[in-house]
Amino acid sequence: MATVEKQRQRKYRVLGTRPVRHDGVDKVTGRARYGADTHLPGMLYAAMLRSPHAHARIVSIDTSAAEAMPGVHAVVTREDFPDVSNRIVELGEGAVNLGHLSQNVMARNKVLYKGHAVAAVAADSIHIAREAAQRIRVEYEILPPVLDVLEAMSDDAPVLNEDVRTEEFGGGTGDRPTNVAKHFHYEKGDVEAGFARAAVIVEREFRTATVHQGYIEPHAATALWNPDGHVTIWTCTQGSFTARQQTAELLGLPVSRVRVIPTEIGGGFGGKISVYLEPVAALLAKKSGRPVKLVMDRSEVLEGTGPTPGSYIRVKMGADRDGRITAAEAYLAYEAGAFPGSPINPGCMCIFACYDVPNGRIDGYDVCVNKPRTNAYRAPGATNAAFAAETVIDEICEQLGMDPLEFRLKNAAVEGTRRIDGVTYSRIGMKETVEAILNSEHYRSELKGPNRGRGVASGFWFNVGLKSTVVATVNPDGTVSLVEGSTDIGGTRTSVAMQLAETLGIAAEDVQPLVADTDSVGYTDVTGGSRVTFSTGIAAIEAAKDIQRQMCERAALIWDCPVDQVRYEDGRVVGPDGQAFTFKELAALVPSTGEPIVGRGTSGKANQGGAFATEVVDVEVDPDTGKVQILRFTVAQDAGCAVHPSYVEGQMQGGVVQGIGWALNEEYIYDDQGRMLNNTFLDYRIPTCYDVPMIDTIIVEVPDPNHPYGVRGVGEVPIVPPPAAIANAIYRAVGVRMDRLPMSPPRVLEKILQSRAAAPAQ
Amino acid sequence: MAKKRVVSAVINGEPTDFLCEPRQTLLEVLRDVLDFTGTKEGCSNGNCGACTVRLNGRIVDSCLVLAVECDGAEIETIEGMAGPDALHPLQQAFLEGAALQCGICTPGFLVAAKALLEENPNPTEQQIRFFLAGNLCRCTGYDKIVRAVQACAAAASEH
Ligand code: FES
Ligand code: FES
Repeated sequence: MATVEKQRQRKYRVLGTRPVRHDGVDKVTGRARYGADTHLPGMLYAAMLRSPHAHARIVSIDTSAAEAMPGVHAVVTREDFPDVSNRIVELGEGAVNLGHLSQNVMARNKVLYKGHAVAAVAADSIHIAREAAQRIRVEYEILPPVLDVLEAMSDDAPVLNEDVRTEEFGGGTGDRPTNVAKHFHYEKGDVEAGFARAAVIVEREFRTATVHQGYIEPHAATALWNPDGHVTIWTCTQGSFTARQQTAELLGLPVSRVRVIPTEIGGGFGGKISVYLEPVAALLAKKSGRPVKLVMDRSEVLEGTGPTPGSYIRVKMGADRDGRITAAEAYLAYEAGAFPGSPINPGCMCIFACYDVPNGRIDGYDVCVNKPRTNAYRAPGATNAAFAAETVIDEICEQLGMDPLEFRLKNAAVEGTRRIDGVTYSRIGMKETVEAILNSEHYRSELKGPNRGRGVASGFWFNVGLKSTVVATVNPDGTVSLVEGSTDIGGTRTSVAMQLAETLGIAAEDVQPLVADTDSVGYTDVTGGSRVTFSTGIAAIEAAKDIQRQMCERAALIWDCPVDQVRYEDGRVVGPDGQAFTFKELAALVPSTGEPIVGRGTSGKANQGGAFATEVVDVEVDPDTGKVQILRFTVAQDAGCAVHPSYVEGQMQGGVVQGIGWALNEEYIYDDQGRMLNNTFLDYRIPTCYDVPMIDTIIVEVPDPNHPYGVRGVGEVPIVPPPAAIANAIYRAVGVRMDRLPMSPPRVLEKILQSRAAAPAQ
Repeated sequence: MAKKRVVSAVINGEPTDFLCEPRQTLLEVLRDVLDFTGTKEGCSNGNCGACTVRLNGRIVDSCLVLAVECDGAEIETIEGMAGPDALHPLQQAFLEGAALQCGICTPGFLVAAKALLEENPNPTEQQIRFFLAGNLCRCTGYDKIVRAVQACAAAASEH
């Protein structure tokens, strides 16, 4: 059973309870409208033509046969896109090179991966659109692809982007075209002296495969282009404002001319921040004069969006006899895909972030390869890094004969610890998550049986703050309508509404949350970085305080007393001489006593303190097939303050199972020409419910001092430890150290056979 | 383009005639012709279960069924699950158990789970996991979905 570590002292009335989510009924009845559910009068259906080659120059595109087909209304290609310079713009969660973004949305001179968009057609039906797309003639000059991160770094590798030069950390750029877009470098202390002091040093190399976010809802966008130049777009995006900005920039329009209406969103995990379809649908709508809907199929999702980088990582770590880390060093090379921008920097900053490392050095490289342009995936960059570091730690513990959790306790980062990249922590809960697992029934239980093993690992993710807006209106029936800009992927309408309710002292059910479009609410950054419950929550608290202030003023008016004699307390407005209104009583008087009461809240100053998780897993390995079965899994995570514990557990469980998929099955398989061989959900196999057990959760609550109620984002960090925890469990089960993801049956079996061959004859 | 055919079926208890091309799947017709958009498309090749509906009582991936095959058939979609005044107990159990996050997989899971409980009112955890293995969820890790089905079965057996 999912457990909350210790019974919360009921400090709060609403926070920590488990109300039914406000959008729940819509979602269990099929009424909620997702991206592909948009339907407009006169709407056309569109389809894309995508590159069959991983790397080629486009010599010519002939659209005449497609245009001549009955039922076809518009065709767009590179000719229709304005040339946007290589401007770098901040898009909420990281800076983006607009030229590259535009080329990714529609190929210009070259295609850089199989699945790269080349043209799009709008027609009366999806079938006509698809047929017409196939009639577009594209002449390609095929170029050799490069698919491996280390090969792509070599001097004689084919270069993808002529405009890319290596940017050195802290200034300076290379002088020739290259696939190595960026080099990051962090250093702390005296690394050589640290290693010299070590009693044990372990150095290992690791590889991880390209994997996809795997949201069940494919990307979808519907656009309407009015003759007055106003564009409206319905899309399943993680951030309507970033979708607006990207679309406007790529089309050369002012942002005010683009209105983005976010639909419900069927999962994103970081993969629905970049635009793919929105600008294309808009141009088709402009050309045809009709609304146009453009939806991807699953293969397009796998081949044209996401994924998260494959990587090469080398880690060296030393510890003294007592098990204190003396030095650590890492080299990380991440595949950016077609254009620069892998999460290499977060990977570098996360790799040793759980520990107090006195001497450290980290080098990271962002490398282009002929795969889809990578995108964020739940704690982007951290899972690859943790797989390497946490496996090396396990080997050090083995050599020291030390319990891996004791080692983690001894070296855990705490408040005041300075990371290798220079950041000093505020109050964090790394240690507490380790203690929670150490004390768990799971870790204390005995694991019996052959070929079974138990592994542990920890993980870190930053969590971001960024900007949000909330507007809240008091209704005469004593409820509050809350308007926010954060798209709701996993219950954030409710976690935000609960914070407003807590602040006003009313019931969660008395708040009615609504996600509004870009013309209806103030600027709000993406739903990502585990930020919504934290940052949109702060905006909701601010809006509630604004309501409190106005309610006090109103009561003072009614009681005819100075406002400083009125205060808001426990859901009541209290005045002199024992006079008081409940929230509901005063709300009912609002219409007859003055202006409407509307609270306004924004956030953007606060940064989050970071999230940690420690996880333990029991596995059984079939020594004849290499198949790994997960027997039991427990995750302990610092949630700061679990606003809605069920949805906190849900994030932990969902993140863990994604991590299990990453660990055991998921991978892009390519032929030598860069064609993905497993572009369906049958062959790109994410975990089913038959593959996993119940996921036990332990919520740890170390309040984040940056949030009024101590909330920490919970969405991302649970995905970080599983691959390492499972690798460590496999070692305990069958004695082989896994250094490659996924740890699929053939790979595990290969290691088992190698170890048998190497073992001395009995 | 082949001529459109008239198909007569009973959808969620309502006799319904519709026009479709022979190449159109039941999923496409439900969503684009009849506006039953509660049935979702995640893969269009039978791998995700988001498009699960009942066809003459059996659960099928509607993306693998041609609409013209449905003449005379009885079809049940998510839209037919709740009564006018109350949700189906499974829907209620999903809400109370927080068994959905993004919700895109939810209609498919509910339709499949309803079929399971009709067939086997007291399934074990393994039976639930086996039966629902054709429905993918990327958000929840399945824990709360399985528990919601268990809770619903337990509540029904108490009555
Ligand atoms: S859409 Fe039918 S199984 Fe995925
Ligand atoms: S709740 Fe998102 S896929 Fe299941």
